[in-house]
Amino acid sequence: MRPFEEDFKLLNDTLQEMGSLVAHSVHKSVFSLIDRNEDYAHQVLRDESRIDQMEVQIDDLAASLIVREQPVARDMRFVVVAIKINTDLERMGDLAVNVVERTLGMMGQPPLPEMVDFREIANLVESMVLGSLDAFVKRDAQIARGVLTSDDAVDKCRNAIQHQVMNLMQRDPSTIPRAVDHLIIARSLERIADHATNVAEDVIFLVQGIDVRHQATGEAA
Amino acid sequence: MTSRNTRRNAVNNVMLALCGLCAFLTVSTLFFTLGYLVYNGGKSVSIDFFTKLPLSPGELGGGMANAILGSAEVVVLATLIGLPIGFFAGIHLAEFGGKTFSLIVRYTADLLNGVPSIVIGIVAWTIIVVPMHHFSALAGGIALSLMLIPITARSTEQFLLEVPRAMREGALALGANKWRAIATVIVPAARKGIMTGMILGIARISGETAPLLFTSFNNQYWSTGLSEPTATLPAMIYFRAISPYDDWHQQAWAAGLVLLALVLLANIAARMVISRGVSLPK
Amino acid sequence: MSTSRTAPSQPHTQMSPTSTESSSTAQATTPKMRASNVNFYYGSFKALHDVSLSFEANKVTALIGPSGCGKSTFLRNLNRINETLRDTRIEGEITLDGENILDKDVTEIRRRIGMVFQRPNPFPKSIFENIVYGPKINGMLKKTSAAEIVEKSLRRAALWDEVKDKLHESAYAISGGQQQRLCIARALAVDPEVLLLDEPCSALDPIATAKIEDLLVGLKQQCTIVIVTHNMQQAARVADTTGFFLLGKLIEHDKTDVIFKNPAKRETEDYITGRFG
Repeated sequence: MRPFEEDFKLLNDTLQEMGSLVAHSVHKSVFSLIDRNEDYAHQVLRDESRIDQMEVQIDDLAASLIVREQPVARDMRFVVVAIKINTDLERMGDLAVNVVERTLGMMGQPPLPEMVDFREIANLVESMVLGSLDAFVKRDAQIARGVLTSDDAVDKCRNAIQHQVMNLMQRDPSTIPRAVDHLIIARSLERIADHATNVAEDVIFLVQGIDVRHQATGEAA
Repeated sequence: MTSRNTRRNAVNNVMLALCGLCAFLTVSTLFFTLGYLVYNGGKSVSIDFFTKLPLSPGELGGGMANAILGSAEVVVLATLIGLPIGFFAGIHLAEFGGKTFSLIVRYTADLLNGVPSIVIGIVAWTIIVVPMHHFSALAGGIALSLMLIPITARSTEQFLLEVPRAMREGALALGANKWRAIATVIVPAARKGIMTGMILGIARISGETAPLLFTSFNNQYWSTGLSEPTATLPAMIYFRAISPYDDWHQQAWAAGLVLLALVLLANIAARMVISRGVSLPK
Repeated sequence: MSTSRTAPSQPHTQMSPTSTESSSTAQATTPKMRASNVNFYYGSFKALHDVSLSFEANKVTALIGPSGCGKSTFLRNLNRINETLRDTRIEGEITLDGENILDKDVTEIRRRIGMVFQRPNPFPKSIFENIVYGPKINGMLKKTSAAEIVEKSLRRAALWDEVKDKLHESAYAISGGQQQRLCIARALAVDPEVLLLDEPCSALDPIATAKIEDLLVGLKQQCTIVIVTHNMQQAARVADTTGFFLLGKLIEHDKTDVIFKNPAKRETEDYITGRFG
C-alpha cells in the first residue's frame, strides 16, 4: 500500500473505532435505562473522555490529509464525510451521557405511577445507530437508505411518550420533576436517531456522490 | 592506503603524464613550425613584398603584389559562386531532407570534402582550362568553389539542425509558411554558426595550392581580367620554393608567412562573430 | 513530411459505447471547435483512437491524463502542427465554427488557432520584434500600428508593466516566466479565436504559474482556451470542463467540478486520486 493510502486507512480505522465505541455507549445507555443497570451507566460516563479524545484526533488526521494529499473525488468525499461523521458521533456520545445522567438521577427516586415504556424507541434508536455505522464500514448506500426510513418511527415513539408523560404531569403535578427527566431522555434518544440519520446521509454522499439531505426520505434518488 | 589504491594512483599519474607529454609534443611541433616560418619569412617581408612585382631570376628584390591581388580575385570568385550554392544546399538538407534524395546529397558532399584537392584541380582543368585553351583566374575560382560548396553546405546544415524544433514550430504556429519560417526565424537563429562556418571555409580554400596549379597557374605580371593566368600566393610559394635561387626561397617564406597571417585573421574574425551578438537559449 | 488524410468515416450513431461526447448540458450552442472520430497515426502507430470532443466558445477546457496518453498529440492536431512531423496521418474531422480545418489553408488556420508551447520559445529577436512577427507575416500591420499591437498584446498577457521599458532588448534578457508570457503575448498578437496551451507552466516556478493561471481566466472572455496539463490542481483551478485521456482514447469529458468531485468512470477516478498503475 502506498504511503498516502495508509493515511486514508488510518483515518478510516480511527473513525470506525470511534463509531464502535459510541455504538457501545448508546447500547449501554439505553439498557442502563431499561434494565436499571447502574454498572452500564458508569461505564458510559468513563468512556466519554475517550470519545472526546478521538474526536480531536480524527479532525487532526483529516486536516493533515487535506494539506498533504489535496484529495479529489472519492478521497475528497471521504475526508469531508469523515469530519462530519466525527461530529455526529461525538454528539451521540454526549447524548448517551445525558441519558445515563438522567437515568442515574431517576434511580434514586420512586418510579412514576404509570410505566413509561422506552423499549420500542430504545431498540429503534440502537438499530439506527448500528445500521448507519454498518453502512459506513461496508460503504453500502442501501443499508444507509434503510436507516433513513426509520427516522419517522422514532419521532412517532417520542411523540407518544411525550403525550403520555404530559398527561401524567397534568393529572398529578407532584410527578413533574421525575416526568421531566423522562421527557429529556426521550428527547435525547430522538436526537441520537437524528445524528444516525446524518451519518446515513453522509454515507450516501460518500458512496454515490449525491447529497440527499433535507429531502423527504421516500424520494431519495 | 591499500595496495590497490597505490596502484590505481600510480596508473593515474603515469597516464596523465603521458597525455601531458603528447600535448607538449603537439604544441612544440606547432610552435617549431610557426617559429621557423616566422623567422625565415620575417626576414624577407617588407613593403616591397606588398607593392612590387616579381623580378626575373637573378635580379634581387621585387615582391608579390600581383600574387596577393590574384589570390584575392580567385578567392572572391570562389566565394561568389560557392557560398550561395552551398548555403541554399545546406538549407535544403536541413529543412527538406530526410528522404533518399538528401541522403544522396549528404553523402556526395561528404565524399567531395574528402576528394584530394589535386583531383579537383584536374577536374577543373579538364572542364574549363582545356576548352578555353589557357589558364585563368576564372578556372581557379571555379575549382576553389567546388571545394567551398560541400564545406558550406554541411556546416550550414549542421547549424540549422541545431535550432530547436520548438522555434520552428513557434514560427509555423503563428501562421508562417515554411519558407517564411526558415528565412525569418530559423536562419537568423543559426546565423552565427553559419557565418562562422563560411569564414572558416573561405580561410581553408584560400590556402589550397594544388587546384590552382592546374587552373590559374601563375603569372609574373599583373593579369588583366579573369581569363588570364593569374598569380596567387600558394602558386607563388610552390614555384619559388622549387627554384634554385636563394632569393626566391626567401620570398617563398615571406609568402607563406603572409598566407598564414591571413588565415589567422580569418580565425580571429570567426571567433569575434561567435562572441558578439545574440546567443541561443539553453 | 506532410500528413495524409482520409475522408471522415460514416457518421457515428449516437451514444456509441466507445466514443465519449460531453454531457448534453454543455451542448446548448454550436461549439467553437469540435473533433469528430479522430484517429491519428505516427507511422504505423495509432496514437489516437476515435476521439470526439467539443470545445464551447469562451470556456477553458483542460486535457489531463498520464504521460503518453495522447493529450498533447490531440492538442497539436487542433492547429495541424503535427503535419510538420514526418509520416503522420489523420482520419476524422476537426471543425472550427462548423468548417473542417483539415480542408482549409493551414496558415490561415494557424492564425485563428494559436499555440503556446511547453518551454518558452521566443525568437532570437527583441521583445518588440517577437510580438510583431505574427501580425507582420499575416498582413495585419496595415490597419493597426505595430506599437499599438505590441502594447495591447503585452497588456493582455499581463506583461506590459514589466517590459515596457525594454521592448527593444533581446527576448532572452527576461526571466523564464516572463518569456512564457511573452510567448502568450506573441500568440495573442494575431487575435486568435482559439488558444491552445501545451503544459505552459511545466517549466515555471509556482509564482510564474499562478500569474499565467490568473491570466487564462481573464483571457477566456475573448478566446476559447484548451490547455493540456499534468497538474490536476491546475485543471481544477482554471478549467470549466476537463477531458481525461488514456492510451489514446478520451475516457471522460465533463464539467470540471463533476470530474473532480464525482467522476463517472473508474479509470478517471483512479488517475485523479493517484491510484493509477
